[in-house]
Amino acid sequence: MHKGAPVPARLGIWAFLATELLLFGGLFTVYVVFRLEYPELFHREHLKLDRVMGALNTVLLLTSSLTMAVGIAAIRRGRQWVLQISLLLTLALAAGFLGIKYLEWSGDFRHGLFPESNLFFGLYFMMTGLHGLHVVLGMLVMVWLLRRARRGDFSDQYNTPVEVTGLYWHFVDLVWIYLFPLLYLIG
Amino acid sequence: MAAYRNYVIVWAVLLMLTAATVGVSYLDLGLWNAGVALGVASFKAALVALYFMHLRHEIKLVLAFALFPLLILGLIITGTLTDTLYR
Amino acid sequence: MSNEGIATTQPQPDYLAARGFRSWAFTHDHKRIGVMYLITTHFFFLVGGVIAMALRLKLLSPGPALFSDHAYNVLFTLHGAMMIFLFIIPAIPSSLGNFFIPLLIGARDVAFPRLNLYSYWIFVVGVVVTVASLLRPIDTGWTFYTPYSAQSSSAVTALSLGLFLVGLSSILTGLNFIVTIHTMRAPGMSWYRMPLFIWGMYATSVIQVLATPVIGITFVLLIAERVFGVGFFDPAKGGDPLLFQHFFWFYSHPVVYVMILPAMGIISEVIPVFARKPIFGYKAIAYSALAIAFIGFLVWGHHMFVSGMSTPAAVIFSFLTFFVAVPTGIKIFNWIATLYRGSISLDSPMLYALTFIFLFIIGGLTGLFLGSLATDVHVTDTYFLVAHFHYTMMGGTIMGLFAGLHYWFPKITGRMLHEGWAKQAWWLIVTGFNVTFFPMFILGMQGMPRRFSQYPEKYQPLNIVATVGSWFLFLGILIMFANFVRSLRSGARAPDNPWQGLTLEWSVPSPPPVENFEEIPTVTDWPYGYGSRSRSGRDE
Repeated sequence: MHKGAPVPARLGIWAFLATELLLFGGLFTVYVVFRLEYPELFHREHLKLDRVMGALNTVLLLTSSLTMAVGIAAIRRGRQWVLQISLLLTLALAAGFLGIKYLEWSGDFRHGLFPESNLFFGLYFMMTGLHGLHVVLGMLVMVWLLRRARRGDFSDQYNTPVEVTGLYWHFVDLVWIYLFPLLYLIG
Repeated sequence: MAAYRNYVIVWAVLLMLTAATVGVSYLDLGLWNAGVALGVASFKAALVALYFMHLRHEIKLVLAFALFPLLILGLIITGTLTDTLYR
Repeated sequence: MSNEGIATTQPQPDYLAARGFRSWAFTHDHKRIGVMYLITTHFFFLVGGVIAMALRLKLLSPGPALFSDHAYNVLFTLHGAMMIFLFIIPAIPSSLGNFFIPLLIGARDVAFPRLNLYSYWIFVVGVVVTVASLLRPIDTGWTFYTPYSAQSSSAVTALSLGLFLVGLSSILTGLNFIVTIHTMRAPGMSWYRMPLFIWGMYATSVIQVLATPVIGITFVLLIAERVFGVGFFDPAKGGDPLLFQHFFWFYSHPVVYVMILPAMGIISEVIPVFARKPIFGYKAIAYSALAIAFIGFLVWGHHMFVSGMSTPAAVIFSFLTFFVAVPTGIKIFNWIATLYRGSISLDSPMLYALTFIFLFIIGGLTGLFLGSLATDVHVTDTYFLVAHFHYTMMGGTIMGLFAGLHYWFPKITGRMLHEGWAKQAWWLIVTGFNVTFFPMFILGMQGMPRRFSQYPEKYQPLNIVATVGSWFLFLGILIMFANFVRSLRSGARAPDNPWQGLTLEWSVPSPPPVENFEEIPTVTDWPYGYGSRSRSGRDE
């Protein structure tokens, strides 16, 4: 018998994700406004981003969603080891994402591209920065989950924190699913 | 194991779609570039939401919590655009 | 289900029994958290009020007086920011909402008690950071418009950070309330058997969850503008100052409904009790709360009519603004219909409730002049606007808050208020309020702009009237607070149900025990069965 998180917990996390949607939504609004106002600027500047690195990051995050989903399915069946390995893999993939982000940003800085350089790069750094911050926060929570998992806190009867964190993590993935084409692919 | 299999299938589809959007972005389709990219992104997002986030099997109340905020997001974007597009 | 004031025979400890700093700082009890919010928010009410008194003193004279123009700008910024973010937004929801939502729905606590505590801690940290920004005082006005706020050397960044945290606290509180109301109602309490305060708090919480993140990202963007030189709002970098205003008002308009909906909920509770009549139009009042919340998201542009917005946008926002008057009017008509042929007792809660209706009508109707494009051009950013929002926020929300405080004081503290002092305070407050703010409608129509420390001499007489009015208002508020403090110590011990109310909080002792209810009640009827109408015929 595998139990998922109780209804209040699911309602709570989805309500929280609603707030995150509107937080990022402000940045998406800024993007739409300026993209329509400065199409040439956006086209010109977006070519300075590395599409391949962006795509690689997308793959890393999508895979981390997979490992997270597998981990949740595992603990719902009481598989402690699979949960722990899934959490470790998710952490590793997230770290990889951040690593590539670091390479991208430092490359941009070396080329004299900063948040204040122009409106496109202001948006690029703000959006990927806020997103990256959410990745870091998600990783911190996952480390805490891993510690609890190793203590045997979770089972097929109780795994609410894992599922709630999973939903958060998928949301972080969702934001990137939109950030990637908006920043890297269309101009 | 069935549940794991579904996730892997969804993941594989997501990767293929990602490859597709990247490929299309190298072509010049004018305004359709944006349309295709966002359309594919939305389809990917729907897959993540429905399968990874379990919305496919969720109760109606949770679905409402998930969908209603999108309306509000649409509001701020359209409302702002009625100003910035028509000055 | 009998709700008569039967004193409990079990010596269960009440929620105030445990002593010591740790019993408060680490509590999970929604009642204690509500009391802490109550004290913190009302502290800032008093500070903001003292600042207002200083502003009014300066305005006695049309020319330079008392302190510099720059100091004046700092003071009205502080008055606005403090009153809005640190007092009026959290006051009812986080204090009375926290205390009474579980009690009114028959629950032992909110859905996430620990999150509730963390929300308070976050609020406190936000308050501290906000107050720390006083080191380099801000003079932008509480609306922080760019480009000035992006360029000013004052502590805008610190204030933005502090208010971001305060906003986060309100988001988490709203989230908690939404889940609580959905999942923790007592058996038998269908949505249509909920007290109307709960409907109001539900609508409020939805707004808090959906609108507050937008001011959050606005603060983040303002900080980015200042710290990283990003130019979204800077015309010199291709940015748009109006974009800031869109974001700011996308939150700050719905937030006025965060302010008023809980107050309206209180009115819906007080009037039936003190008119001994069932509420008229329960469903209309319930649904109008949701309608106000939703329509409130559609109208933010009406704060920007003269800022340079496009004409089509201005027309659309003005058109939509008129719609919000409809559900508001529905509530007012239903309250008045409830009063009609009621058996009215003019105890202090009822006095404030009636005051609310009267003053909020004035405030609301004057909103129509501001919502119409042509008249708005004349009155916007004048004292007409200042009067309008004080009539709605103070004549409305704060009178509703006072009604709630007087109504629920016995339940929260276990003591009755001294009615004599309460009524005296009320006279001073109502008279003082109107003498202070009504002249401002006239001043505004005559052309006196807001946020000016000096003004043409022709406006002086009415300014003197307003200042004198503010002295009565302030004195009345001081007496009201003095009454609270005095009654805490020497008020008569309150019975379980001093007002013979039918909502669930009156079925437990005053003050309530830690766990609220000995046994979770089973609800069989709506809570407005006063007089001969004990069945609503409206259940689901």
